[in-house]
Amino acid sequence: MPTEEVTNAEEIEQILADHAGRSRDDLIPILQEIQDTCGYLSREAVTSVGRYLNLPASKIYGVATFYNQFRFEPLGRYHIQVCRGTACHVKGSAGVMDMVINEIGVQPGQTSRDRLFSLEVVACMGACGLAPVICVNGEFHAKMTPRKLAQLVAEIRQKESSNAE
Amino acid sequence: MITLKVDNRTIEANEGETILSALNRHGIHVPTLCHMEELPPTGACRMCVVEQEDTARLITACSHPVADGMVLSTHSPKVLGARRMIVELLLSSHPDDCLYCSRSGKCDLQQLAEGLGVRRRAAGEPAPSTPMDVSGPSIIRDPSKCILCGKCVRTCEEIQGVSAIDFVGRGSKATVAPAFDEGLNVSSCINCGQCIIVCPTGALSEHSYLDEVAAALADPETFVVVQHAPAVSVTLAEEFGARTGKDVDGQMVAALRRLGFDRVFDTSFTADLTIMEEASELAHRVATGGRLPMLTSCSPGWIKFVEQFYPDFMENLSTCKSPQQMMGAIIKSFFAEREGIDKRKIVSVSIMPCTAKKFECQRPEMGREYIPDVDYVLTTRELGRLLRMYGVMLPSLEPEQADNPFGERSTAGKIFGASGGVMEAAVRTAHFLLTGKEMDEPQIRPLRGLKGVKSLKARIGDLEVGAAVVSGLGNARAILDEVRGGRDDLHFIEVMTCPGGCIAGGGQPLGADLSAIRARMKALYKIDRSEPIRTSHSNTSVKRLYEEFLGEPLGHKSHELLHTHYGKREVMT
Ligand code: SF4
Ligand code: SF4
Ligand code: FES
Repeated sequence: MPTEEVTNAEEIEQILADHAGRSRDDLIPILQEIQDTCGYLSREAVTSVGRYLNLPASKIYGVATFYNQFRFEPLGRYHIQVCRGTACHVKGSAGVMDMVINEIGVQPGQTSRDRLFSLEVVACMGACGLAPVICVNGEFHAKMTPRKLAQLVAEIRQKESSNAE
Repeated sequence: MITLKVDNRTIEANEGETILSALNRHGIHVPTLCHMEELPPTGACRMCVVEQEDTARLITACSHPVADGMVLSTHSPKVLGARRMIVELLLSSHPDDCLYCSRSGKCDLQQLAEGLGVRRRAAGEPAPSTPMDVSGPSIIRDPSKCILCGKCVRTCEEIQGVSAIDFVGRGSKATVAPAFDEGLNVSSCINCGQCIIVCPTGALSEHSYLDEVAAALADPETFVVVQHAPAVSVTLAEEFGARTGKDVDGQMVAALRRLGFDRVFDTSFTADLTIMEEASELAHRVATGGRLPMLTSCSPGWIKFVEQFYPDFMENLSTCKSPQQMMGAIIKSFFAEREGIDKRKIVSVSIMPCTAKKFECQRPEMGREYIPDVDYVLTTRELGRLLRMYGVMLPSLEPEQADNPFGERSTAGKIFGASGGVMEAAVRTAHFLLTGKEMDEPQIRPLRGLKGVKSLKARIGDLEVGAAVVSGLGNARAILDEVRGGRDDLHFIEVMTCPGGCIAGGGQPLGADLSAIRARMKALYKIDRSEPIRTSHSNTSVKRLYEEFLGEPLGHKSHELLHTHYGKREVMT
């Protein structure tokens, strides 16, 4: 665990150094790069960015929460993306969303306490033919139904618990 | 000069001013929600719309400049309809619990709804209640009451230079919160309460300790002592509807006795004591080459500000405790011993113009043997509430005197309540300590008034002293940055967290504009003018305390009880 954080600190330093102009216009690109590298925006990351751009943490958090793309908790081992694009919406993705929330017990942007699952809403994954679609660790699951979802989650849980033994 | 035609009347306006400022000067009232007296307009709430008659357009009075020949209507059907709709929309997601709201009767939103004749819910239903943030020692946040006007955010950032809070999220999910939606207690909030003052609703309020104080008053086993700060007596009357700038010191003392406090002490007494210690500390630093400029330490929001934003200035802070904490310390030591009361039985309450004092009294430095020196802090507003609750009608009481041995004060201790007052009091005493003579004219004009930054060059004996007075921590930031950058003409800087000083503190009665604050300030200086004892070193009770107990300023006992040290504080800044 500690090693992970140390690496992140160095990576964040590097990202900041790449924006040597310290321009506040770079805030969003910096946050994006940090999220791409670390998977989320940690408190430490926000503080470092704040020091670097001379911006208060509250402001950075405010800007970051304005956009849906940023998360503030590390990703779970299984990162679930639910598509809420138009096609998926028509095919009932709102219901899928509720199902996922119910199954894994976290809200979009959050990570379960055991770090197993995290949830993200995305606008359109470009897989409209598969609607309603979700994506788990990069793998698409088409035409989601409550049954399929419950099965998927159960499989993951089982796999994880047998791994743990 | 420009002329406008407003509601069929011709009025004059100044080039470049806003419509709102011209209208206000002519006694034409236009409601506002997001407008802030001292800051540039944002035009966010649109409450202040007026109709431009030639174009039939609605424009915001707070952000539009006047133009010659403008024809405006401030209450056409279109204007009233628009304002009413704004209020109805704001109310559409607002809780319906005015009856239980801390702001009821003082709420701008409630008053607008009443004034515009909104008599029923026009749309929506109350948003599901969101949890309140009660984590902080001083400030309570109730996001469900927030109408997102942004005034608190602007105050915290643009006036105080703190930025503890900002808008979080977007659209219907937007709120105002500290970074990472954390509690205020772990944020960079300095507890100043200026956000409460500007909030138009009950979304921000003080963390009240009325129940605890009422319980102590009702408990026959406890000995309940109260102290009242210099700036309270000139504002308390406002809680009872009196004009601003009325001093009710004696009546307040009488009222506190009626509430059942066993002793009533005057924090201005320990303000005098602070001056004795602080002036000696300054002289000592100058003589021994100690760290300069020395920074005052009586404003607890400012202390936290230094701890988290300017830890390199910690050594510059005077080691003197604030008058509240000095009083707390001598009550639970000297006074307890003298009266033969077990200090564990004493409940020490203070009435302050300040919300940050609630935080200060809980600091671990501010007590001994795990017994806090001050147990509960009530704001001026809370005292008003307590008096009404107990049916003590302040205006009808005969004035009384505060109790010995901490009831006597000089006017120097009293003017602590206005920005510049500590410096003025300190200069008076420093002059005496260094030259052995009193100043010919104790009034020091350049240190008075509501300007955010004031300065003084004075010759005291052989010493050329550079002094600065700032209030509002945005101004403090600027001056500390100058000192960091090499400015070296300053020996002593007085810093008050709230703009204008304690008279405009975060715990003071609501609804005061600049002219009200000016009236409060005048009331303090009137006291200074009209009484004979105008220097802290001539307070005979202070002298006696040194003779009987403390020894001398900066002596052993003083160090133990009246001085302290602070440390760097890690919060998300
Ligand atoms: S109390 Fe002062 S520092 Fe804290 S949030 Fe309000 S304005 Fe900011
Ligand atoms: S908390 Fe009050 S001042 Fe701040 S945005 Fe909400 S309503 Fe406005
Ligand atoms: S007061 Fe003018 S727009 Fe809010």
